[in-house]
Amino acid sequence: MVEMVTRPYARAFEQYAMTHPEVLCLSADLTSSCEVDGFRDRHPDRFVSLGMAEQNMMSFAGGLGLAGFRPFLHTFGVFLYRRPYDQLVASVAYPRRRVRLMGFLPGLTTPGGMTHQAIEDVSVMRSIPNMTILETGDATEVESICEAADSIDGPVYCRVLRGSVPRLFDTPIRVGRMRELSAGSDVLVVTAGITTEEALRARSALASAGVSIRHVHLNTLKPFDPAPLLDQLASVRHGVVTMENHVTEGGIGSLVAEVMADHGVGKRLVRLGLKDTYAHGGSRPYLMRHYRLDASALVAGIEGLVGHPFGITDADLEAVRIEAAHSLAKAEAL
Amino acid sequence: METAARNPARSTAEVALGIRRRVFEHTVCNNGGYLSQACSSAEQLAWLYNEELRLGAPTLPMIPEPFVGVPSAGNLRYHTGAGYNGPPDPQYDRLIFAPAHYALVAYSTLIEVGRMAPEGLLQFNKDGSSVEMIGAEHSPGMEVHNGTLGVGLSTGAGLAFGRRRKGEPGRVWVYMSDGELQEGQTWEGLQAAAHHRLDNLHALMDVNAQQCDGAMDSVMEVRDMKAKLAAFGARVVEVDGHDLAALRQAAREEHPGQPLVILARTSPYQGMSWLKRRFPRLHYVRFSSEAERAEANRAIAAELGVAPVEYAH
Repeated sequence: MVEMVTRPYARAFEQYAMTHPEVLCLSADLTSSCEVDGFRDRHPDRFVSLGMAEQNMMSFAGGLGLAGFRPFLHTFGVFLYRRPYDQLVASVAYPRRRVRLMGFLPGLTTPGGMTHQAIEDVSVMRSIPNMTILETGDATEVESICEAADSIDGPVYCRVLRGSVPRLFDTPIRVGRMRELSAGSDVLVVTAGITTEEALRARSALASAGVSIRHVHLNTLKPFDPAPLLDQLASVRHGVVTMENHVTEGGIGSLVAEVMADHGVGKRLVRLGLKDTYAHGGSRPYLMRHYRLDASALVAGIEGLVGHPFGITDADLEAVRIEAAHSLAKAEAL
Repeated sequence: METAARNPARSTAEVALGIRRRVFEHTVCNNGGYLSQACSSAEQLAWLYNEELRLGAPTLPMIPEPFVGVPSAGNLRYHTGAGYNGPPDPQYDRLIFAPAHYALVAYSTLIEVGRMAPEGLLQFNKDGSSVEMIGAEHSPGMEVHNGTLGVGLSTGAGLAFGRRRKGEPGRVWVYMSDGELQEGQTWEGLQAAAHHRLDNLHALMDVNAQQCDGAMDSVMEVRDMKAKLAAFGARVVEVDGHDLAALRQAAREEHPGQPLVILARTSPYQGMSWLKRRFPRLHYVRFSSEAERAEANRAIAAELGVAPVEYAH
């Protein structure tokens, strides 16, 4: 059974902050939603409440950076770039302040609908000079996100998972290093965040169907070193499928497309994710199925690439869920 | 008094007159400039730099270097323009200069108080120069980008919070324009500064009642700004912004546990009466004809006590 970790960020942030005195905890009225309520209660002198005022929080953080602090901003990802975009650029990104933007509830991981769903954040952040982008895909990555983000000499945007998070990996984030989860030769699958777990759900079924999958997981979306991806692309026959908890414009699908185009890689690319659409409110499994970014969508995408159906049913995917996640420890040791 | 000791070279009134003369000369020569901002703010900036701010000696060349590129991981030559205000040592004050379109006035002030060479202004708005038309964070006297109005007070609040936390005695001053009160962020920033009891934060606001489109009341009324600022938690003092004694007195106002906001009521044609005929379109003064330019040159020069500017036609 895959280990489910409860509120991994809460422990990780507290542990990290207590050994790094320049780190301050900033919050905009979503303190318990971002799992720093315990930190607030235990370390009030390190907690800066800034209320529902994200534009001020962004520039205030820039001023704290100017004073030598490394503020960690806690709110939903969507509130870190839509409302305070001007302040994000002027007060944080341009001057390369060491501000850590901890964006919770990325993509469809919130039932809050359009206003709460950060579905174009990666696209926005990728186009901002000086920005680094990290994304967590499991509890181990959440546990290591503070140290990874704080290692960057400049601003960092992080897509952070919260609540009950599966443990898929046993090694921390190494900034700039993708994880190779399987090393097949037919199709390359590129995922990040919660779509990695979805891809793992399809893994056994795809293996049973005789298709050899090469699967890489990204946790560093910017800056992005193309060389390892080019090696992966060279190792598969058919092409690549990307699946992202984000619109297919400007996220990892675009990232892979840009690398392929820049280097003349003449293979097919299937980009799965939100297709030029907003989503609405609902449960995560419902949304991922409805908007076609779950395991069955991945299977369909791979079928399209390979050119024939595999006969994999939803029952096959459900049945292998636990097993797939469980077997990952071996895969990761490749 | 302690204020006079900081720059015995010139009186603050002389510095203010020098700012007006310099901005006037530049505007006539270039047939355009932020002239009314010099009229409204000359005393305030002269007073800040010549008396009130506790600043160290400049750390950057008297003639500003050309633009060396924007901040990036690979740009090791990058620096802000804050060095013209001296080093960021704990005991010194820090100035956040929010109305970036006052840059011409800010540069002229640096020259008048001996922090920049007069030749530096020749680079104003020239391609490849750091002496930019809209003050950037690499422009002389600037430490952050404020060209997007409203970010200044929040930035100052964050810096003040950080400095207080580090136990630094130096204060944070934010120079502001009244038009920024139309931006929601200004109120967010003040709300946070009051909530966090940032009494090391000081704002000086040029209340010239002007903005880009004209008189503020015709564009968007902000109504009783003193009452609103006080209700948001600031200690507010309202003075005649051309009265140096009143500015000095305002800064002595006790404000424990509260940020101090000084509202400096000013005239956008103070010291250059000729400009009154252009009211309320004074945001950027460009002369409509050679005849008008010549007339303004004669009239304003006479009021400022200088010879008319010689310029290329």
